[in-house]
Formats: sequence, C-alpha cells, structure tokens
Amino acid sequence: MSVQSSIWPLVAVLVSLLAAIPIMLSDRTPNLRESWTLLAALVKVGIVLTLLPAVLAGGGWEFTIAEVIPGVPLQLRVDAMGMFFALIASILWFFTSLYSIGYMRSLNEHAQTRYFASFAVAISATLGVAFAGNLLTMYLFYEMLSLSTYPLVTHEQNAEARKSGRKYLTYILGTSIGLALPAMLIVYNLAGNLDFTVGGVLAGSGVTPQTLALLVVLFLFGFAKAGIMPFHGWLPAAMVAPTPVSSFLHGVAVVKAGVFSILRVIFHILGPETLQAADLGAIITTLASVTLLVASLVALTQDNLKRRLAYSTIGQLSYMVLGAGMLTAAGMTGGMLHIAMHAFGKITLFFCAGAIYVAAGKKYISQMDGLGRQMPITFVAFFLGSLSIIGLPPLGGFISKWTLLVGAVEGEQLILVLVLLGSSLLNAAYFLPIVYRAFINPPPEGTVNGIKEAPIYCLGPICVTAAASLALFFFNGVFLQLAQQALGLGG
Amino acid sequence: MSVSNLHMYVMSAPLLTAFFVNLFGRKSPAVVAVLTLGSLAFSSLASLAVMGNVMVHGRISYVAGNWAAPYGIELVVDHLSAVMLILISVVALLASVSALKSVGQELPGREYQFFALYLILIAGLMGLVLTGDAFNLYVMLEITSITSYGLIAMGKGRAPLASFNYVIMGSVGACFYLLGVAYLYLMTGTLNMADMAQILPTIGGGAAVATALGFILVGLWVKMAFFPLHGWLPNAYSLAPTGAGLIAAPLVTKVTVYLMVRLMFWVFSSDYLFFTHPMVQSGIVWAATAGIICASALALAQRDLKRMLTYIIVAEVGYMVGGVWLANKTGLTGAVLHIVNDALMTLCLFLAVAAIVYKLGSGEFDKLQGIYRKMPITMAAFTVGAFSMIGVPPTAGFFSKWYLILGGIEAGHWEYVIALLFSSLVNAVLFFRIIEIGYFYKDEHDHGHEQRDEAPVLMQAPLVVCAVALIVIGLGSGPLVESIIKLALPAGF
Amino acid sequence: MELIVAKYNYWIYVVLMMVGFYAMIGKRNLVKKLIGMNIFQTAIILLFISAGVKHGSKIPIVDKYEALEKGVDVASIVNPLPHVLMLTAIVVGIAVTGVALAILLRIYREYGTLEEDEILEKLGK
Repeated sequence: MSVQSSIWPLVAVLVSLLAAIPIMLSDRTPNLRESWTLLAALVKVGIVLTLLPAVLAGGGWEFTIAEVIPGVPLQLRVDAMGMFFALIASILWFFTSLYSIGYMRSLNEHAQTRYFASFAVAISATLGVAFAGNLLTMYLFYEMLSLSTYPLVTHEQNAEARKSGRKYLTYILGTSIGLALPAMLIVYNLAGNLDFTVGGVLAGSGVTPQTLALLVVLFLFGFAKAGIMPFHGWLPAAMVAPTPVSSFLHGVAVVKAGVFSILRVIFHILGPETLQAADLGAIITTLASVTLLVASLVALTQDNLKRRLAYSTIGQLSYMVLGAGMLTAAGMTGGMLHIAMHAFGKITLFFCAGAIYVAAGKKYISQMDGLGRQMPITFVAFFLGSLSIIGLPPLGGFISKWTLLVGAVEGEQLILVLVLLGSSLLNAAYFLPIVYRAFINPPPEGTVNGIKEAPIYCLGPICVTAAASLALFFFNGVFLQLAQQALGLGG
Repeated sequence: MSVSNLHMYVMSAPLLTAFFVNLFGRKSPAVVAVLTLGSLAFSSLASLAVMGNVMVHGRISYVAGNWAAPYGIELVVDHLSAVMLILISVVALLASVSALKSVGQELPGREYQFFALYLILIAGLMGLVLTGDAFNLYVMLEITSITSYGLIAMGKGRAPLASFNYVIMGSVGACFYLLGVAYLYLMTGTLNMADMAQILPTIGGGAAVATALGFILVGLWVKMAFFPLHGWLPNAYSLAPTGAGLIAAPLVTKVTVYLMVRLMFWVFSSDYLFFTHPMVQSGIVWAATAGIICASALALAQRDLKRMLTYIIVAEVGYMVGGVWLANKTGLTGAVLHIVNDALMTLCLFLAVAAIVYKLGSGEFDKLQGIYRKMPITMAAFTVGAFSMIGVPPTAGFFSKWYLILGGIEAGHWEYVIALLFSSLVNAVLFFRIIEIGYFYKDEHDHGHEQRDEAPVLMQAPLVVCAVALIVIGLGSGPLVESIIKLALPAGF
Repeated sequence: MELIVAKYNYWIYVVLMMVGFYAMIGKRNLVKKLIGMNIFQTAIILLFISAGVKHGSKIPIVDKYEALEKGVDVASIVNPLPHVLMLTAIVVGIAVTGVALAILLRIYREYGTLEEDEILEKLGK
C-alpha cells in the first residue's frame, strides 16, 4: 500500500484543539466541560486506531496544509514512527483526562477551565509532532507544545510556579530557537528540503563530518524536552504543576516529544548510515550515558516523590537516545520500544504519586511509612510501574531494556552494556525502598488514620495503566512492528 | 481613471481629503471619521486594483503634468511599489479605525487637526513609494517628516522636546540625502532614477559616486533609525499621541527601508554595491548585527510597553538592513518580506497597546496585572503579535526570519545569524515577561474577581483583523513569496 | 592652492555646511540648533545652484518666436532646472523651520527656557 492523501490526520490533530473552544465556553458548567474533553479524547483515539491498519500494512496517509517555503510544505504524514508515538499519546490522554477530573475536583483546584483547555491544545501539538511530515512542521508543533504547556506549569500562579514557568520557557524555548532552529536551517541549506526520509535526507548530500557533528550537537541539545544534560533543569522545576500534568506531559507527551524529535532527526534527517560513516554515534551515546548515570544518582537523593520521578524520567529518556545513538538495528529498535514501555510505566508511577497526594496529602517519601496498608491498590500499581522501569520480567520494560542490551552487544560496545546494567541497579535502588517503606515499615506512632484509597476516577486509570505495563510484556507486536517499519527493517 | 494613472488616485485620495477634513471636520468628529475612513478605504481598494494592473501590464508609469521623463516627474508603480502601496493603505485604514477612538480621548476637539496631518503623512508615504524622481523623493520625505513632527508634538509633556530632537535629526538625514542627490546630479545631469541607472554604469565608480552613495545611505539610515543613528526614535514614538504612534511605528521606518532598497538596486547596481567595495558590504552587515544586539538589549531595560516596542522597532530595522546587505537573493527576499510582516506585527502590537492605553491610561508594566482577565480579546491578539515578533510558526514573523537567517547562512555571515537568534530570544523574554505579569500575577486586592472591561469594539476590530492576518500571511507565505515578492525583487539579482 | 582658487565657491559651501552641522550637533541652545539647520540647508541649495552655472551664459529666458525658429543654444544659457528645484527646497526648508519654531514655542511655554541643559535639569527634578 502506498501513501494516500486524506484529511483524517489533520482531523486527528485538530480535534482536541477545536475542543478547546467549547471547553472555554462551558466555563460555568463543569460537567459539560469535562464531557467535551472526554468526547475529544475518544474521537482522537478512534481516528488514530482507524488509521493504524493501513500503516501496519506498509502504507500511510498524508495531508498538505500549505506550501509555506519552497520545497517545505506544512504537511502531516502518518508513517510507522509517527503512528507509534500517536498511539501511545492518544490512548494515554484518554486515561489522563479521566484521572484529571478526579484529581482536580478532589483538590478543588482553581482555573480548571484554563487547565483543561491548555491540556487539549497540548495534546493536539503532541499529535502534530507525531504526524509531522517534515522537520518544519514538527518544529511548529514542538513550539506549540512548549507554549501550551507553559500555563499548566504556572498553574498555581504563586511565586514558585512563576519562577518554574520562567525556567521552563528559558530552557525549552531558548534551546529550540537558539539551537534547533539554526540546525534546521543548515539542513535546509544543505539538502534543499526537510522531508523525513528513511535513511536520512542528508544521505548523499556530501555533508562534511564537522558540520554533521555540529548538527548532532545542536539537535541533541536543541530539543531540550528530551532532558539531555546540561539542559535537563526544567523538568524537576516543572514538577510544581498539578500531578496529571506531570504524569502525562512530563512523563509522556512533552518529554517523549523531545526524544521522538531527536530520534526522528537521527533516523530520518541525519541518517544512521551517514552518522555511522562519520563515526558520530559516540557523541550521542556518551552524552546519553552521562545523563543516564548522573540523573539516576541524583534521583537517589530526592525525598520529594515527584522530583525523584522527574530525575528518573531524565535518566530513562536517555535510554531511548542512547539506543538510537548505538546505530545498530537492535539498539535503535530498543530505543523506540522504550518510548512505549516507559510511557506506560512512568504514567502509572505519577498517577500513584498524585493519588497519594489526593488521598493522604503526602508529597515526601519519608512520610510514606506504612501507607501501603491503607492504599494497597495504589502501591501495588506503584510496584508494578517500578518493576517495569527497572526492566524486570514480566513487565514491558524488560522487553525494551533487553533489546537495548542486545543492541549494545551487537555493536560490540561493552562499556554501554555496563552502563545499562549499572543504571538498572540504580533504578532499583531508588524505587524499591519506597515500596518497602510503604508495605513493611510500620506507620508512624500517634497518627490517627482516616486515609483511604483515592477516588475511583483516579484509581481506575492507575489500574488500567499498571495492567497495560504488565500486558505489554506479552503483547507488544504492534509496537515492535511499527518500530521496525520506521527503521526500514522490513518488519 | 485608467490603468496608467490609477496609482496617482491612490495617493491623491488621502491628500485631497486632508483639506476637507480640515475644512469640514471642525464641526463634528463624525465628519472626520467618515472622510478619513472613506478615503483610506478607497485607497485600499484602488491599490489592490493597481496590483492587479501591475500583474497584467508590468511596470506602469504616469508622467505628472505631461512633462516627459527624464525632465518631468514620473510616478512609477512596479511589483515592489504595488506591494508597498497596498501595505500602506491597508495599515493606514486599520490604524485609523483605532486612532479615531484614541484621538477622541487624548485630544478631544482637535480631531480635525490630527487627521488632516495624518492623511497628509499617508499621502507622503505613498508618494515616496511611487515617485521615480530622486528630488521629488526628497520633497516627499520632508512631507512625511514635517507631518510626523507635527503629530508627535501634539503629545503631552515631553513630546514637543522629543519632536524637536526629531526635527534636528530628521533634517540632518534629509540634508544628507539631498547632498547625495546633488552629487549624483552633478555626475549624471539627471534626477530621474531610471535615467540615472542608465547613465551611472557609463561613468564608472569614481569617488564622487561613492560619496553620493555614502551620503544617501547615511541620510536614509538616520530617517529609518538604523542603530546607532536611532536616538530620536524611542522618545518620539513613545511620547507621541497613541494615534500617531499607530501610523508612524508600523510604516515610517519600513517605507524608509523600502527607499534604501529602491535606490540601491534601481539607481545603483548590485554589482557596484557589493563587488566594488566588499569591505563596505561586510561592514554594514556587522553594523546591522551590532544594531540588532544593542537595541534588543536596550529593549530589555524598559519598563513601559510603548518604549519597549520602540526599541524592538530599532532592532527590526537592523534585521532588514542586514538582510538587504547580505548580497544574496534569499536575504533580500527575507528583507522585503519582513517589511510587510514587520509592518503588520508592529501594527498589531501598537493597536493592542492603543487599546490598553485607552483603558488604563498608560502601558507601564506595573499596571498590567490581571490585564488578561480584563481585556481577553485584546490580549489574545497581542499574544499573536508577540509570537510573530518572537518568530513562532505559523505566524508571519517566523517566515521572514527564516529567509533572513537562511540568507545569513548562505552568505556565511554567522554573526548576523547569531544576532537574529539572540534577538528572537530577547523578544521571547520581553513578551513572556508581559504575559506573566498580565496573566499569572494574582491581583492582591481583587481576589480574582476582576470585571471584564474591554476596549471599544472599534479598537478591537482592527486588532483582531490584524492578528488573523498575521496567521493567514504566515500560512500563505509560500504563494506570497513565489508569486509576488520574487517578482518585486530587482531583475538579474 | 590652485584647486582652492579654481573651485572657491565649493569650498565656501563646505565651510558653510560644517558651520551648520556644528551648530546643529554642538550647540546647546535649541534656537541655535535650528539656525544651524538653516545654514546647512542653504549650503546645499547653493551647491545645487552652482551646478547650473556656465561661464559667460545668460539667464534662461528666451524669446519664444526666436527659439521656435532657430532653436536654443544650450551653451549660452544657464541650466534652469536646479533653480526650479531649489525653489522647492527653499519652500520645504521654510516649512520645516516653521514647524520647528512652533514646537519651540510650545517648549518655551512648558519650561520657560530654550537652553537644553536647563530643560534637562528641570526634567531631572
């Protein structure tokens, strides 16, 4: 099957953006407002799923919005890689919406309308990044994502939130304008277009290794949403946002958009073979390894649960970049798979953190002694999520980490094997004590406990995502196939 | 009216109406409004027709008083001037809708004076775009300047002082320009631009021609506030009545940049400009770079919306001058496209500021707390304008910046590329600071129950139109460049 | 030396121009600045006029019938174009001066002085 022209990709992207309008208009009637959100989420999942079979069959869809620059239209194209990301994002958005309703109402948060509207715009932008047909379109949606999540980070409107919002924008917007934009222009200057092509648009353009190295660094740091050190500082700061934002945007959509952009650029702009020929994989793997280890070590020291999760995210994101940087078939596949596995695992963990905050009002790990007895379901889910992130069977995370290990061995990069194993140990070291503390430690003396599980709106999504993490160990064929198709591995 | 003289009517409509405004507008502001809007609406429609004619017939020339060129004065319209003509009339139309309200508040009872000058200023700008005669250009330049002096001096407080400073600087600029023209006249014996372009290559590039070019450029740079000759602009534009800023800020500097392009490529040749003295070309790009960086840095230090915007204007002038002097087609495309885009985004921001000033009395940052709640529509449009200034796709500002940066990369002027990126980042800081104050500061006294208190519909309407136009032009910039801007560039370059 | 003598008129304009320019930039009194501007403009106007001069030529007023019959000997009359243009330039100059004087009047009413330093001092308070 070949690529067909269709308006459905555009509809898939826009449906939540348009939903933002009725959401804002139903300011006074929260039930109606939330139905809009859920309706848009369902429609979005539906469209993405209807687009899926053709992609699996090796085809795709595209839609050109406008020809803005010679050779570079604003274009949406649904290919295997985009579908991979869109699938994760749209499914998880639905559950996050449910969770948001429970969370925001339980805490009686202010400015809920703005919250839901911004969220809707953000998910549109995420899908836009996934379905972008060329680098310019991706950049457009990437910026849109940055701007629409700013009000979510600054949600509390107090001094700390404003400061974090500033930091967030400085990192994200500063790098995308200062580094990614010129890199994109240099590519355009060299190749004359910015289309995503399997094997890379720069393949055969006679680019010098020096320029290529510069481009790699500019793109790697330019998409700072991927949190490669030293441009990772925004993520812990962004944890002031309400927990659903942290879980979905800063566990899945925003950070994965960053990683996805980097992977896109490596696979379809710079080209793995071009990079291999110039022997530049080492830059990527080195930066990623350093980030991975340092972030995991820092995570050990954090007592605020959300901050610990944030540093864990930074580390896990680097797994994906590391896989891509190996430039071996298994490594790159593993990197992509980890996007999916980590998404389901990490969102579960964040959901749990939010549920703990809603139900018990606790943010710090040191306060969680014995909490597992009052909230068993939440903590079992937390345990499953942790196992997935650590990469133990029978959870999804094992599949991706195993594939990454195979990739490292394939590329005869033994040092990377050690990095991967060492980091998994660190992951275990910062997650398992939480579970131990909650279940084994006795509750502190003298506390009168009326703590129950969080409301069903919160608990339901937690169970689903935790179960999904488990299921992904057994049923991951779709993701594996999409990843291999994206790399042109004849899946 | 025929094909050959329609563009003359575009210019004469505001010029003639200015006298009627002065005569009949004393009785009631309503008369002023009808006359002003009527004439500008006519000009806008006619300028679109002119564009259509130019697309069909190419360059159209009208000879004033039937004295044949090169002795008589020629009014020429080609693709580039047709674009400028549309830009001027449409921007003037949008600005005047809002200005009518603003002037009614700031200068009650003096509308007829204000709008008489206002219309002559617009006619002068159109004349600058149309004229094919170097001396006539000087006269038009002074017409626009004198009317702006007057408009600015109508402001309160220190405005007359700022205006006088502008008189002196503006006259220096005009005199330099005239001096340059004198040299050219001595060398070629003609004042018609097309004729000069024919003669100049035959006499070679001697010292006199270089001197002429130097004087003309410096003269225009003073008029367009190219850093470091920008000293007059921030005070003049920020102290002027809001209505005057509305028209002067988007148009005057941009039209002067157009003049530079016109004289550089249609009188001198690109070979002479860029290859006889490569050091000069390079030096000017460096000057533009310095200008962009310094003006952006100065903008950071401002605590008032209007003043901040004036420094951004100065930085934007650096964008365009640099783009033109990159000496490649991409850079020039970017510069011409940026003339259009920058005029619109400056207009959008100034319209928003006009609405804010109308409601709050000034644009000081401290007063802006909670403004998003009070004036959501105004601020939504302001945000679009701000994004365009920063260069967020798909707003128009992104695409002209794209060409400018690409031109910089092609020419290997990395310092210019870095300056553009730096300025984008500074703009991001500037505007997000306002968004933060306006949106995320909780007003302590009000407990979040601020009333919605929007500016009048007449001030919002042009603002919304302008904001939408920024996005439409952004999305349509491909066809715009391919079918209009490319044709407007000098042939053979 | 020969150069100076042969083109003495141009040297005078240069000096005039410098005087005007200095007054515009260097003087602290606003009226003096304005006068400087006028001197500067006058110098340019004179420069243009000089461009039309030819040695031993007459004023450009010719008998219509004679001109129609015999044509005009261009070398025998002064080039009229610069004069015409400079009439316009003078008008422009007067207009600018007029506006500037009106502005100065407003400044004087506001601050009671036309010395730049004193005005700045008052603004500083």
